Amino acid sequence: MSRSLREVVFVDGVRTPFGKAGPKGIYAETRADDLVVRVIRELLRRNPALPADRVDEVAIAATTQIGDQGLTLGRTAALLAGLPKSVPGYSIDRMCAGAMTAVTTTASGIAFGAYDVAIAGGVEHMGRHPMGEGVDPNPRIVSEKLVDPSALVMGSTAENLHDRFPHLTKERADAFALASQQKFAKALANGKLGPELVPVATRSAEQGWGVATVDEPPRPQTTLEGLSTLKTPFRPHGHVTAGNAAGLNDGATGCLLAAEDVALELGLDVGMRLVGYGFVGVEPEVMGVGPVPSTERALARTGLTIEDIGLFELNEAFAVQVLAFLDHFGIADDDERVNPWGGAIAVGHPLASSGVRLMTQLSRQFAERPDVRYGLTAMCVGLGMGATVIWENPNWEGFAK
Amino acid sequence: MSTAVFENEVVTTAMVRFVTYPGLVGEIALITLDNGHDHTRPSTFGPAGLASLDAALDEIAAHSPAPAAIAVTGKPFIFAVGADLSGVPAVTDEATAREIAETGHRVFRRLKDSAIPTFAFVNGVALGGGLELALHCHYRTISGTAAVGFPEAFLGLVPGWGGTQLLPNLVGIDAAVTVIVENALAQNKMTPAPKAAKLGIADALFEPADFLERSLEWAVGVLDGSVTVSRPEVDRSAWDAAIERGRAIVAGRTRNASPGAVRSVDLLDLARAGVDDEAFTAGTAAEDDALTELLMSDPLRASLYSFDLVNKRAKRPAGAPDKALARKVGKVGVVGAGLMASQLAMLLVRQLKVPVVLTDIDQVRVDKGVAYVHGELDKLAQRGRLSADKLNQLKGLVTGSLSKEAFADADLVIEAVFEEMSVKQQVFAEVEAIVSETCVLATNTSALSVTEMAAKLEHPERVVGLHFFNPVAVLPLLEVVRAEQTDDATLATAFAVGRSLKKSCVLVADAPAFVVNRLLTRFLGEVTSAVEQGTPVEVAERALDPLGLPMTPFELLSLVGPAVALHVAERMHEAFPDRFAVGEGLRRIVELGRTSVFVEPGVVDPELADAFAGDSPLTEEQVRERALGALAQEIRLMLDEGVVQAVQDIDLCMVLGAGWPFWLGGISAYLDRTGVSERVTGSRFLPRGVASLPA
Repeated sequence: MSRSLREVVFVDGVRTPFGKAGPKGIYAETRADDLVVRVIRELLRRNPALPADRVDEVAIAATTQIGDQGLTLGRTAALLAGLPKSVPGYSIDRMCAGAMTAVTTTASGIAFGAYDVAIAGGVEHMGRHPMGEGVDPNPRIVSEKLVDPSALVMGSTAENLHDRFPHLTKERADAFALASQQKFAKALANGKLGPELVPVATRSAEQGWGVATVDEPPRPQTTLEGLSTLKTPFRPHGHVTAGNAAGLNDGATGCLLAAEDVALELGLDVGMRLVGYGFVGVEPEVMGVGPVPSTERALARTGLTIEDIGLFELNEAFAVQVLAFLDHFGIADDDERVNPWGGAIAVGHPLASSGVRLMTQLSRQFAERPDVRYGLTAMCVGLGMGATVIWENPNWEGFAK
Repeated sequence: MSTAVFENEVVTTAMVRFVTYPGLVGEIALITLDNGHDHTRPSTFGPAGLASLDAALDEIAAHSPAPAAIAVTGKPFIFAVGADLSGVPAVTDEATAREIAETGHRVFRRLKDSAIPTFAFVNGVALGGGLELALHCHYRTISGTAAVGFPEAFLGLVPGWGGTQLLPNLVGIDAAVTVIVENALAQNKMTPAPKAAKLGIADALFEPADFLERSLEWAVGVLDGSVTVSRPEVDRSAWDAAIERGRAIVAGRTRNASPGAVRSVDLLDLARAGVDDEAFTAGTAAEDDALTELLMSDPLRASLYSFDLVNKRAKRPAGAPDKALARKVGKVGVVGAGLMASQLAMLLVRQLKVPVVLTDIDQVRVDKGVAYVHGELDKLAQRGRLSADKLNQLKGLVTGSLSKEAFADADLVIEAVFEEMSVKQQVFAEVEAIVSETCVLATNTSALSVTEMAAKLEHPERVVGLHFFNPVAVLPLLEVVRAEQTDDATLATAFAVGRSLKKSCVLVADAPAFVVNRLLTRFLGEVTSAVEQGTPVEVAERALDPLGLPMTPFELLSLVGPAVALHVAERMHEAFPDRFAVGEGLRRIVELGRTSVFVEPGVVDPELADAFAGDSPLTEEQVRERALGALAQEIRLMLDEGVVQAVQDIDLCMVLGAGWPFWLGGISAYLDRTGVSERVTGSRFLPRGVASLPA
C-alpha cells in the first residue's frame, strides 16, 4: 500500500490552575484523576464541533503512576470523563516530559494515519505523590557507577550545571527567576493568562467546597533581595534555591490534536501546526542541559535554524538550566522571545503535565503574533534527557501573502 | 437562643467559603453542609446543625463586600437528608417540639427572604428537610445521580419545614401530591434527578463529573442575565382535584390511620394560598402546629421505633452467630420444582449467582420449574434489568435433574416439597445420602417442626429452617429457624445466605408456625370465628380499619390462600387446641376450592352462608377487641416460650413479613398504647418512651 503523512495540528489546550503541593495546597484533598477528568471534559465543551466518538486516543502522562495516577490513567480518565467506551486510552511516562511525549506520540500516530483526533495531556499531584514515591532503583546503578548518585536529586543536578558553567552565576539565575515572576504577573494582569484555565471544585473536609480558579504558586512580590537570602538546600553555599527553581506542584493539562484535514472537516480551530520534534539523552547528573541537544536535533531534522524561531516556551525547572540553553544558542538572558508570559518558576511545574502548558501558552501567543512563523517548546527531563517540539504558527502573516 | 438539645447529635456543620468564578463579578458565598462522616452517614439537621447554618448565614450577612449570591451544597454524594430524628425520643414536651419546628422554619426562611440571590446545588441525595432547604433557595441545580424525596408521610410526619407550602407552589399541586403523598406511601419512593428536573423541582440538571463547576457557571449566568430560568405558572384550578386524589391515596394506603399522611394533605390544601410573605407565614404556622402535634404523638414515636428496627436491628439480627462461622455456598440444590421451589430457585440464582439445581419426581415438573426460572429471567432482560451476557450466565446456572445425585457437590439444599412430615423426612434422608457432611439442609416449611424433620438424620445439626414469605422476591423477611440440634456453623451459613439474598433475617425458635404465621393465624382465626358466630363479613372487614393494616382480614386470607391458611390453622390447632380453632368457614372455603370469601368485591359467596350463620353477632369494636386481645396474649406466650430474643423481633417480623405499618410499631407499640397489653397480659411489652411518648 502507499501512504502519505498527514499534517498534525494542535487544536486547543487547557489546564487546571496549578497548586502548591502539600496539606495546605488547593488540591490537598482533590484526586489527580479528577483533575484530568476536568481537563478532558473542558476540552470537549470548548470544542463542540468535535463529536466525542471521534476521539481516537487519550494519552495521559504521569511520573508516579500509583493510586489515583495509576490504573491506566488515560483509559480511566476517559471513562470518568464520560467519553464513549469505544475511545481507548493509555498512560505514558517520560518524567517531566510526559505530556510532551504524549503529544509527540499521539501526533505521530495521527501523522501515520492511525488516528484522526487525540487527546494528550499530563498530570502530577506532587502532594499526593511526591517525586520518587515507591521507586526502587536498581543496585547496579551504584555498584557499576552507571549514574552519578546526584542524578536522582534534581536540585543537585542543577547545582552540577552551575559547576559546569561557572559563568552562569547564582545572581544571573536569581535575575532570571525574578523576571519570570514579573512577566507572569504582567501577563496575568493583561488577561493573557486565565482563559486557558479550567476551574476545579476543590473539597476540604475542614472548610467545605471551594473552587480553584487561579494559580497558587506565583509570588508577584518577589524581589532580588529576597531571592538572595533564600537557603540553598542542595548544597551549603550553593546556587539553587526555592526562588530560582520551580516548586513542587499539583496540576493537570490536556490538549486536542488532530490531522489538519480532519480539523478542517470538523471545523475545529487550528492553533499550531507540528513541525518536528527531538528527544536526546545527556549525562543524568546534568540533566538540565538536555534541551540543548534535543533542540539541535529537532532543528536539524526540520531543516530550521535557531534564528527561525520567533518564540520560545522553555520549561523553567531551574533558572540555571534555561540559562544554559540560552547561553548555548547565544540568546540573551532577558530576550523577549523567551517565555514572554513567565514560566514554571512563577506558575509551577507539576512534573508530567508541564509540556502541554508550554504548548498551550505558545499557541495562545501565536494567535496574537502573526509576525512569528515558528515557535519552540522545550524542557529538560530527569535521568538526563532533553525534549524539544517545534511548531508553526497558522496565523503567520507570510501565509496571507 | 435555641434550647432544644439533642444529646449525641452528629452535627452537620455549615462551612462557608467565599469563592470566585470566571465571569463572576464579586464572590459567591458557598456553604457546604458536612457532618464529618462519609456518605454512609448522611448529613441531617438537629438543633446544633440548624444553629450552624444560622451562624453561617450571619457570617455571610456580616461579610463585606456582600457576596453576589449565596449557594448551598453538600458533602460528596449527599446534599442533606432532613431532620435528625435520632433525637426525637428525647423530646419530652410540646414546647421543645414546637421549637424544633419553628427553628427549622426560621433558619431556612432566611434563604427564601434573602435579598441576595440564593442557590441550592443539590449534589446528592436530598430528603425531607434537606429538600426543604433547597426549596427555600431562589434557584436549584441538581446532579444527575442525585435523588430527592419527602419520606415524612411514610414516617408519620409532615414535610413541615416549608415543604408542603413550597413544593406545590413550585411544581404544581398534582406533582406535589405525587411526591409528598403518593411516593412517600409507596415504600418511600424517591424521585431521581432527571425526573426531579422535569417536574421543575430543580431548574437545571448537570452531570456529576463536574456538577459543582457547572452549577457555579450556571449561577454566574443567572446573575448576569445570560441564563433565564423559566418556570411554568402554577395552575391554581388544579387544587381541588389533586387534593381529592391525595385524600384517596391516603385512605387507600393507610385507611386514614396515620395522622401524618392525613395532615400532609391538609397542609397541601392550605398551600393554595401561595407562598408570598403573608401566605407563607400562615402556611408555615400551620406546619408548626402539625409538626408539634405529630412529634408529641404516640403513632410517630412508634413509627420511629419501627424505622429503627428496620434500619438497625434488621441489619444486625439479634442472636445470630459469628459471621466468620458461615460456610461458603458455591452450589445450591432445590428439592421440588413447584411454584414455591421455582421462586426460590429464581431468587437464589439471581442473588447468589451460583449453580442451582432443581429436582422433582418427574421430568415434566422439573422442566416446568426450570422453564419458570428461565421465563422470569427473560422477563427481567426484556425490562432491561439484565444484560444479554448476564441473562446467559444466570440461565446457564439453573438446571434440572430427576436424580438427587446432582446435589453431590452442593453446599446448601433447600426443600420446598409438600407440607407433610414424613415426605420431608424422606427427602432429607435421601439428600443426606448424597451430599457432603457439611452441606446445609434447609426447609422452607411454614408450620412443621424442623427439629422433628432433622431427627432421623445422621447429622441433624446441619438442618435449619429458612422460612420465606410469598411472594418470595418481594417480601423482605426471612425467618431463620434454629432447631434443637442446629449448630452455629449451619446457622451462620443460613444468615449469610439470607443476607446475600438481600433479606432481613430474624432468628426464631422451632416453635409452631414461628412468628408471622402464628400471629396472623391467631388473628385471622378470631375474625373468622366472629363471622362464624354471625358477625356480618362487612362488619368484620371494617373492624380493624383503625389500625390501617395493608389489607382487610379476608383480603389477607385470599393472599395467603385458604388452603395454606387451613394447613397452618390445623397445625396450630394440634399444637395449641385451646387458642387456635379450625373454623368451619375456612374448611368450607377450601372444600369448595374457593380462593376468597367473596364472589365479587363486597359480595359474600352464598355457598358459605350456612357456615357463617351463627346467632351471636359482634360489633366492630368487639371484633377488634377480641382480635387484638388474642394478639397480645399470643405475643406474651411467644416471649415466654423464647420464640424470639425480644419483642422487637416480633415487631420487626410483622413490619417486614406482614407489611404491618410503621405507626403500629410492628404491633406491640399499638397494643401498649391502646392498653390492650396491660388488660390482657398484665403489663406493657415496651417501657414508655421506647415506641411511645415518654412517661
